[in-house]
Amino acid sequence: MWPFIKKEFFHIFRDFRSMLILFGMPVAQVLLFGFAITTDIKDVSIAILDNSKDNVSREISNKLVSSGYFILNSNLSSNNEIEAAFKRGDIKEVVVFENDFAQKLQREGVANIQLIIDASEPNTANMINAYTSGIINSYSLELMKKQGKIPISIITEPKMLYNSGLRSVFMFVPGVITILLMLVSAMMTSISITREKEVGTMEAILVSPLKPIQIILGKVAPYVLLSFINLIVILLLSAFVFDMPIRGSIVLLLVESILFIVMALALGILISSVSKSQQQAMLLSMFALLLPTILLSGFIFPIENMPYALQLVSHVMPSKWFIIIVKNIMLKGVGIGYFWKETLILLAMTVFFILMSVKKFKTRLE
Amino acid sequence: MSVSVQIKNINKKFEKLEALKDITLSIPPGELFGFIGPDGAGKTTLFRLITSLLHADKGSITVDGLDSKTDYKKIRNITGYMPGRFSLYYDLTVEENINFYASIFKTSLRENYHLIKDVYEQIEPFKKRRAGDLSGGMKQKPALSCALIHKPELLILDEPTTGVDAVSRKEFWELLKKMQKTGITILVSTPYMDEASLCDRVALMQKGILMAVDTPSNIVDGYNGDLWQISSSDMHAIVADLTGIDSRVEKVFRFGEKVHVTTRNVNNKELNDIIEGILDPARHKNILLESAKPQIEDCFLALMCEKG
Repeated sequence: MWPFIKKEFFHIFRDFRSMLILFGMPVAQVLLFGFAITTDIKDVSIAILDNSKDNVSREISNKLVSSGYFILNSNLSSNNEIEAAFKRGDIKEVVVFENDFAQKLQREGVANIQLIIDASEPNTANMINAYTSGIINSYSLELMKKQGKIPISIITEPKMLYNSGLRSVFMFVPGVITILLMLVSAMMTSISITREKEVGTMEAILVSPLKPIQIILGKVAPYVLLSFINLIVILLLSAFVFDMPIRGSIVLLLVESILFIVMALALGILISSVSKSQQQAMLLSMFALLLPTILLSGFIFPIENMPYALQLVSHVMPSKWFIIIVKNIMLKGVGIGYFWKETLILLAMTVFFILMSVKKFKTRLE
Repeated sequence: MSVSVQIKNINKKFEKLEALKDITLSIPPGELFGFIGPDGAGKTTLFRLITSLLHADKGSITVDGLDSKTDYKKIRNITGYMPGRFSLYYDLTVEENINFYASIFKTSLRENYHLIKDVYEQIEPFKKRRAGDLSGGMKQKPALSCALIHKPELLILDEPTTGVDAVSRKEFWELLKKMQKTGITILVSTPYMDEASLCDRVALMQKGILMAVDTPSNIVDGYNGDLWQISSSDMHAIVADLTGIDSRVEKVFRFGEKVHVTTRNVNNKELNDIIEGILDPARHKNILLESAKPQIEDCFLALMCEKG
């Protein structure tokens, strides 16, 4: 089988397009997605509605405005002015202090600030929210130190206007990992198997004493390795270029990814056994795998916002479950206990597709 | 060492098309056997049945006593198959291709070099070249090397000379003859009638039927009737002009630059008169009539008329 794998590597390394898809795309995608969302915020126009007008609320307002991130556009005097201020379009955020802000903080240790943010640009909105909350939090810590024992907290309640289903900015890495693993594993294998059918070499290989499982393994083994390398490249890029955290176990992340890679490879073999030409295999991979992965997995469009029928469809998307797993590991940093169900679903899908593809793979020509 | 092939009452249908109709054939060990017929005759289908790539609807095929349905794994071990389509990886070099095919049969180029020496020597100067960059005639040699590398006892070549220039074709057949001397059974298909005479025995195939199976000389000798070749100044019209006028002039075929006609019990003088009677002297000048020795193509065309 080793010569088979070696031969497969020759195919890949000698084909410019394969190499481009394999190694150019992950880098390009991560960088594109990465830089597209790391637009730093600076001089964002905000309005302040201070219902309390005490020393604490004034101090916080000053902190915000002097941070360099925000510019005070106007001071509002009532809730009714908020909408009009947004509609004029020159502000991105309204910071609302509740009544008796300082008093509440003193007496109860808890006070509320509402952040109303224009989320028509979701990523910017998220950023504004994070920066504002950050400044307020650091202020409350300072205040705590100054006053001594009493624990106080200022609760910021962000309210996203115009796009309630806003997602985190870190969502792109799990999504890109999923897409690329799917693409490399499923599309590349299905194309490379159908190419052998098309050129006629499959006929010559089938006549050899090689078992179907050997042929399959020989064809997919290189792609397992390459997908794995790809995964590492994406993780390194996202970690070092974009400071993407991996809060959970890296080993667990890699193991889950291998499970997903194997599942995608089995899908690729399945596609190759039903398609007669490379073009057909490519189109099938595109429409049956790639588009649903992008559109229905929750990568770009939140599943909760989809019509019920589409939500049902999304359940059969392996990528949906994988994205959940990756998010859990990378962002939440939780262990297998929190996503064993998703892992089990993915495992079941993998076994199912492997069985299907081995069964469908023909040792004969009909 | 070499093996026999027994084909019994084979039928194969693809949806509506009957690819093979009741084929029965026995090929003894060590024979160089040719399947001659145009595209669509069923040659490739028959080869795929023998190599167990397809299943027959009816009938059985045995290779060295092994059934192609149940013992196909053993058959695949002793069979070298060169598919009609170019079966080398065009992005691998000649040497890499041969090494790959050697390895999937669990052998190596070094180990079995002596087996393919005759073929491989001719392509060795190009061994570092990618298979896709070889010219048509050149491609067949590494492909043959790949089919031979695991010391098969049965070699099946599907149209190895199609699209190959005349010189390379000749060389290729010389190689096959040499190969045969090592005791291997060779089945080869070709659409070129002139290659038939190079085989020990041939089967003439047409639309899934075996029209004749015999040695090339027996087939030629068994030609029914006398063959003549005719030429005139108007070769475009001559076939149409000669056909169907006189019942004594049978089977009018274009054959190279001449026209072949078949007659029964008519001598040269009589035929000359008949021909001159049929052909309009205003259009056909310099009419030339000669007796001709039948060739495989004549036999093929004659059989085609008789059987369907």
